[in-house]
Amino acid sequence: MEILTQQLFNGLTIGSVYSLVALGLTLVYGILHIPNFAHGALYMLGAYVTLTSMLLWDFNYWLAISISIIVVGLLGVLMERLVFNPLKNAPPIHDKIAAIGILLFLEAFAQLMWGADYRSMSTPYGEVVNIFGTTVTMQRVLINVGAVIVMITLYLFLKKTIVGSTIIAMAQNRKGAHLVGINTNKVAMLTFLISGALAAIAASLSAPINLVFPGMGHLVILKAFVIIILGGMGSIPGAIVGGYILGFSESLGATYISNDYKDIIAFVLLIIILSFKPQGLFSKEGV
Amino acid sequence: MGPLQKKHLIITGLIILAGIFPFINQNDYWLHILTLSFIWMIAVYGLNLLAGYTGYLSLAHAGFFAIGAYSLGLLTVKAGINYWAALVLSCVITSVIGFLIGLISLRTREHFFAIYTLCVGYVIYLVIDKWDSLTGGVRGLIGIPAPSNIGPLSFESTLSQYYLVLFFLLATIFVMYRIVHSLSGRTFIAIRNSEELAGTIGISTMKNKLVVFVLSTFFAGLAGALYASFIRFIGPDIGYTTVIFDLLTYLLVGGIGTLAGPVVGTMLIVSVSQSLQFLQDYRMLIFGPLLTLIIIFYPRGIVGFFSDWYRKRQSTKLQSQKKKQVKSNMDDEDLHEDRVKEG
Repeated sequence: MEILTQQLFNGLTIGSVYSLVALGLTLVYGILHIPNFAHGALYMLGAYVTLTSMLLWDFNYWLAISISIIVVGLLGVLMERLVFNPLKNAPPIHDKIAAIGILLFLEAFAQLMWGADYRSMSTPYGEVVNIFGTTVTMQRVLINVGAVIVMITLYLFLKKTIVGSTIIAMAQNRKGAHLVGINTNKVAMLTFLISGALAAIAASLSAPINLVFPGMGHLVILKAFVIIILGGMGSIPGAIVGGYILGFSESLGATYISNDYKDIIAFVLLIIILSFKPQGLFSKEGV
Repeated sequence: MGPLQKKHLIITGLIILAGIFPFINQNDYWLHILTLSFIWMIAVYGLNLLAGYTGYLSLAHAGFFAIGAYSLGLLTVKAGINYWAALVLSCVITSVIGFLIGLISLRTREHFFAIYTLCVGYVIYLVIDKWDSLTGGVRGLIGIPAPSNIGPLSFESTLSQYYLVLFFLLATIFVMYRIVHSLSGRTFIAIRNSEELAGTIGISTMKNKLVVFVLSTFFAGLAGALYASFIRFIGPDIGYTTVIFDLLTYLLVGGIGTLAGPVVGTMLIVSVSQSLQFLQDYRMLIFGPLLTLIIIFYPRGIVGFFSDWYRKRQSTKLQSQKKKQVKSNMDDEDLHEDRVKEG
């Protein structure tokens, strides 16, 4: 029983991180219909920027995270301006390849800057607490609470502010949004900013319980793709629910099936889903 | 000389050059590099048929390459089958797996297809990496034999392997040429341009897509099998996603959807990476942005750029010729009119 609650909590933690990454991915997909393969690289850079500002300039954890959010968010904007905007009218295969190009560049860049070693990030919240009979580190609690706060903030921003509703408008219909006077270029940039910021938050929160290395984004981004297919491409609640589903199935699978093959679970899940529903789980017919 | 004869002359010249290269350059190292790039070219041709001509970006091809390599390795090392039988078998195995995966994956389209195949590729990698008892896991598979003799021909030396791989490459290019210029080739291009339209004129899109997918995995498997017997050692790394990104770079730089693209791109990138040896792991620092820039500015790569340029020159030439003709015709008419007046 204790193992089960422990694993459920683990699943919740992993799921929170996945949800945050998938949210950024799904936002960009909803607006521009690009599967942004470079999103994993943004996640990786987010962790590195936080780590560097903590080690190099001795910033505290929260300040380091804010710097990381700004840096990675701006990087996202830059990507939109330099790469995806010129490719607006190109065939869809071009966006994907361009995104792969960015991914390769950013990974090589990280390796050049920080080396290929695995690093660990220290956290001021390492103490162990006891919740409902299970012992967990404060950092894991922080991940869960932080993720929920970010999700609620994002939800309120999208639903309750004018700027947020322009994003939703553009996701619904780009031309229509343009017609009613929304500056679609600005909205696209804003979306990339939010997407980059979400990746930075997810990476900075989860880095202390994982390791930081140039390839750390690979698996996470692949799983985020699985999640947004699970939850419907472009759907925000879908990304959150999908993230938690994957988190739970992974942590339970690792305990009760096989630790070696736990990374395969996500992909097998995806292969099964797409085999039966080629358009994704919650797609609208005919889109 | 017409442009067609000129083209044939260039191609014959290149084949002869490839044939006599080992005699011009006695350096074993370069022979090794060239053989390797020929192997990559075969795989890139397979990818090109699918991504370039049919418009389906498969990111699982590194996986199929690895399946081909591991099939050959396991069949020769563990089962002890004759090399040539193993070569044929490994191509068949890859194609059969390709058929099964294609059957499912081709129901998805565009982004879903790319993501689906990316995940399939990753699953293939993970299976190879974790299935220790069969594949040897991270330790890899060693002691793969070189191709066995055919009569008096032996394939032990680098030189003979070079010719063997060159033979397979030329055969691949020939087959590709025939496919692309056949009715099926046109059908594939029709599917790429618009699947709905292709469907309305009576093309069975699913059947054709499946044929392309199986063909393209066949070539990936062939390349993998040749790689295994040439390098004689394989590890799970050859199925990792970086390999598919390399193949994509070769294809994109050369020209996606062109027949000469895979050769040009692979030659160029491999030789550039050889001269940038010191960069090693950082070569993507250059090739990553290159990939992105090419897709923005020259979506059909170097070959596409030159063929556009050639066509433009040809058409301006034609236009100036036409102008001259029109002018001389007008002169004739003037003369005629003058004569009429005089008459």
